[in-house]
Amino acid sequence: MSIINQEVVYAPSHEWAKVQGSEATIGISDFAQHALGSVVFVDLPSVGQRFNAGQEFGAVESVKAASELFLPLSGEIIAVNEELNDKPELLNSAPYASWIVKIKLSHPEEVKKLLKPEEYAKIAK
Amino acid sequence: MENIKETMLHERHLKLGAKMSPFAGFDMPIEYAGITQEHEAVRHKAGLFDVSHMGEIRIKGPDAMPFVDYLGTNRITGVEFGRVMYTILCTPEGGVIDDLFIYKLDYTEILLVVNASNIAVDYAWLLANKKGFDVEITNESDDWGEIALQGPLSASVLEPILKMNFSDLYFMRFRVIEYDRKKVILSRSGYTGEDGFELYGKTKVIAELWDKILENPNVSPCGLGCRDTLRFEAGLPLYGHEMSREISPLEAGSGFAVKLDKNFIGRDALQAQKDQGLPRTLVGLELIDKGIARGGYEVYKNGVKIGVVTTGYLLPGRDHALALALLTTSEAVMDSVVDIQIRGKNVAAKVRDFAFFHKNYYRKTL
Repeated sequence: MSIINQEVVYAPSHEWAKVQGSEATIGISDFAQHALGSVVFVDLPSVGQRFNAGQEFGAVESVKAASELFLPLSGEIIAVNEELNDKPELLNSAPYASWIVKIKLSHPEEVKKLLKPEEYAKIAK
Repeated sequence: MENIKETMLHERHLKLGAKMSPFAGFDMPIEYAGITQEHEAVRHKAGLFDVSHMGEIRIKGPDAMPFVDYLGTNRITGVEFGRVMYTILCTPEGGVIDDLFIYKLDYTEILLVVNASNIAVDYAWLLANKKGFDVEITNESDDWGEIALQGPLSASVLEPILKMNFSDLYFMRFRVIEYDRKKVILSRSGYTGEDGFELYGKTKVIAELWDKILENPNVSPCGLGCRDTLRFEAGLPLYGHEMSREISPLEAGSGFAVKLDKNFIGRDALQAQKDQGLPRTLVGLELIDKGIARGGYEVYKNGVKIGVVTTGYLLPGRDHALALALLTTSEAVMDSVVDIQIRGKNVAAKVRDFAFFHKNYYRKTL
């Protein structure tokens, strides 16, 4: 059973977003980290890069394979979690506490399209 | 959809909580405790693998040896009994159909151990080329189980179970033994770069041995995930990655198993390739920058494509990712710096040999 955090919204590609005003914090779900297995590397974007919703912004790599990360909401990267460079395994041990990027939303209305915890729970199994 | 097969140990894998995944038509364990832990277990203690998906094909008859010599790149005639040989089946164009192990059981009887993904193709290829040879070819893959015990503690784990001494059983040697009055092929070989054994049995004896070996607390069950990281670290090729219909055994660095001084299917093409110079060469790459190169990623030098990554990992306990890559021979220059394109970005890597790990085989020393 994977943990569903009730404070965030989700993309069907298993990223979560915590929206606060015009900014959002992005990570991957407990279901995603479990499916990946031990994360050994996180390919982070650079601050200032802009992405559209659904666009690839980086990757999470387990020993076996690379999995692309898709930004659930359009925006500009305003911070990346540098701690993941040295401790990528934090995505396994604390997937909701370990954010990957923070963005400034360019289309805040997109938030409505993301999945609520109860909706995401149906696909995360 | 095609039926997914299960090995005789399938129930045990589920009970051990393995992460299962289809591989070459079988539902196989990928990892139990985790690839990293299992990789380390094999390097420092011992790991037990279910490799029952591998195929077994028996060649029987007066022409068994000349037949296998004609189909494969290596020479088996003249080799003493008890030796395990490695050979490669090639097309007339020099591409690889499969790479396999040969167990020379008798003058007239040979067991071939082939890759699971190629069983049907190999069997058909052997049948299609048997004309003129007095041999009987039987695909016994479904009847055999195979387990591999790998790691420095392997011999000390197995000796008390089989009540045998292995001091004169060297790397790439085998014996036909009995366990619980059932026949077992015990082979000192493997696919991890460590000392270890592969055990083949036609009956439930393999399941009995699996249980018995796992009783030893020094042994961890290991999945196909770490089997690949271990073989990669030891610089051993995997069919479909470092070798294929499009990659010749000479390009793959397996020239040691290609005997051009005898006749075999593909010989002329390989001889020509050797005379003209190999178009591509397999090298090791060590990434200088952060990132992990994966199979299929392209390699560049000064903006020009010079090759492709065949396998790549960030291995347990290492700071830099490593890769095997097939490069244009003129660019396969040791210590030169190349770029690997990873998700649109160039990541610098240094060309090196592919012995990322010093193999710990049990060999005869004078």
